[in-house]
Amino acid sequence: MLKTSTPAPLDQAVIAKAQALPTGLWLTCPNCHASAYRRRFGAAKVCPQCGYGLRLTAHERIAQLTQQFEQWDQQLPQLPTDFPGYADKRQAAASASGSDESVICGQALIGAHTVALGVMDSHYMMGSLGTVAGERLCRLFERATQARLPVVVVATSGGARMQEGIQSLMQMAKVSQAVAHHAAAGLLYIVVLSDPTMGGVAASFAMQGDIILAEPHSRVGFAGKRVIEATIHAQLPADFQRAEAVQKAGFIDAIVPRSALGAKLAALLALHEGC
Amino acid sequence: MTAYEQVLQARAPRPYSTRTLIAGIVSDFQECRGDRVHQDDSAIIGGIGWLDQRPVTVIATTKGETLPERLATHGGCPEPWGYRKALRLMRQAEKFHRPIITLIDTPGAYPGKEAEANGQAAAIADLLLAVSTLQTPLVAVIVGEGGSGGALALACGDEVWMAAQSMYAILSPEGFASILFKDVTKAEAAAALMGLTPKELLANQVVERVLPEAGRQFPTMLKTALIPTIARLAAMPTATLLAQRQARFRRY
Repeated sequence: MLKTSTPAPLDQAVIAKAQALPTGLWLTCPNCHASAYRRRFGAAKVCPQCGYGLRLTAHERIAQLTQQFEQWDQQLPQLPTDFPGYADKRQAAASASGSDESVICGQALIGAHTVALGVMDSHYMMGSLGTVAGERLCRLFERATQARLPVVVVATSGGARMQEGIQSLMQMAKVSQAVAHHAAAGLLYIVVLSDPTMGGVAASFAMQGDIILAEPHSRVGFAGKRVIEATIHAQLPADFQRAEAVQKAGFIDAIVPRSALGAKLAALLALHEGC
Repeated sequence: MTAYEQVLQARAPRPYSTRTLIAGIVSDFQECRGDRVHQDDSAIIGGIGWLDQRPVTVIATTKGETLPERLATHGGCPEPWGYRKALRLMRQAEKFHRPIITLIDTPGAYPGKEAEANGQAAAIADLLLAVSTLQTPLVAVIVGEGGSGGALALACGDEVWMAAQSMYAILSPEGFASILFKDVTKAEAAAALMGLTPKELLANQVVERVLPEAGRQFPTMLKTALIPTIARLAAMPTATLLAQRQARFRRY
């Protein structure tokens, strides 16, 4: 005789219990897609499977990387722009990131080394480079040149900020000028590429370091993967524009796991003491 | 004219080819090819010639004339080896304190697989860094499309000029619309917001001069305009020239 099973009616109490369970206990790694208990990513937010570092806010990064930090140039006037929806977007970005712009700059202590530090924040409008971010970075290099400090920039960005138009594009040239003068003074500049570093940021200061480091699996490139796929009418491999492939192509000195980043920077800074 | 009509005009074929334009500006043009590392990029023509009585280096992006040329240049989109060729020729010009003229007509750097694998971003970044302290004058002229970082790489001059029928923007209006409005068909509305017309860019001090529409006479007119400007910049002490260039970009 064929047995038909009918599902037991759900008990209201069971439903209530399920709904009361906390959510977000598990995380899926955006790189390897493995799921792991959130706690296993640890305070550094690194995938226990593949070593990919989840995107950090600038404040989280500064807390992880420095022993001391004093912010510079917090109050800079925004470019008056009437681009529709831009003011609202900035406000939303500020609450999403806890930052007031896509980069936070200041003087920091890494190990025993005083540096001028710029940390970008992908949670703020995808880390896009606008006039305020450009001005902060420019002043970072200028102050570092004056004070004879090395510069460390932790880069992450989708590129130039569309809403500010051509003025954003000009920031690439402006910051590059400041990098060039810092370099001409014989001072050290280290870049840490984190996921993602693209477009106008990759095509300017993020690729101008004396030493270029990257976090594992970070996407680094100029044009977006989808734009390229649409242009060449072909699918690109999974490792396309990933730090490992970019390093193999010759553009990254070392790929450094997040947990080792502070020590790596300290070691490099020590080798350039006074530079 | 609407901003988008300005874009279409900037993209329309010129009544002269890039080589005709170069020949109209300098005489006895000697082309120099290759980046000395990887290969030659036909999207960038570079070389040396006489601007009136003075040797200058000319670096021009080109979309090509024939179909095979247009395919080879990807419609005027340089690849990293094109930007490295430009940088090599700039260093060469610097060595001989020869002024540089760049002629820009590009939708942007080519978004290709090989281009990315060969460091498109790094190639542009290197140019931006080098031009900041390049010890010879540079005048950049946007003659058609000035698209994105791929145009900026060649447009960090002591002076930047635009032809009346050109545009200069952070991205193509189509790309801009697709990013901000998630709708590529809104390019027309995007163009109106982007401030990409010569008139707006002159008002915003992004460019120093807009050259009037002159059809086939454009190369001759450009040459006439370039001679005194190049003479003035070349007569400046290098330190003054560099300080002025730095101030030019510091104001943004």
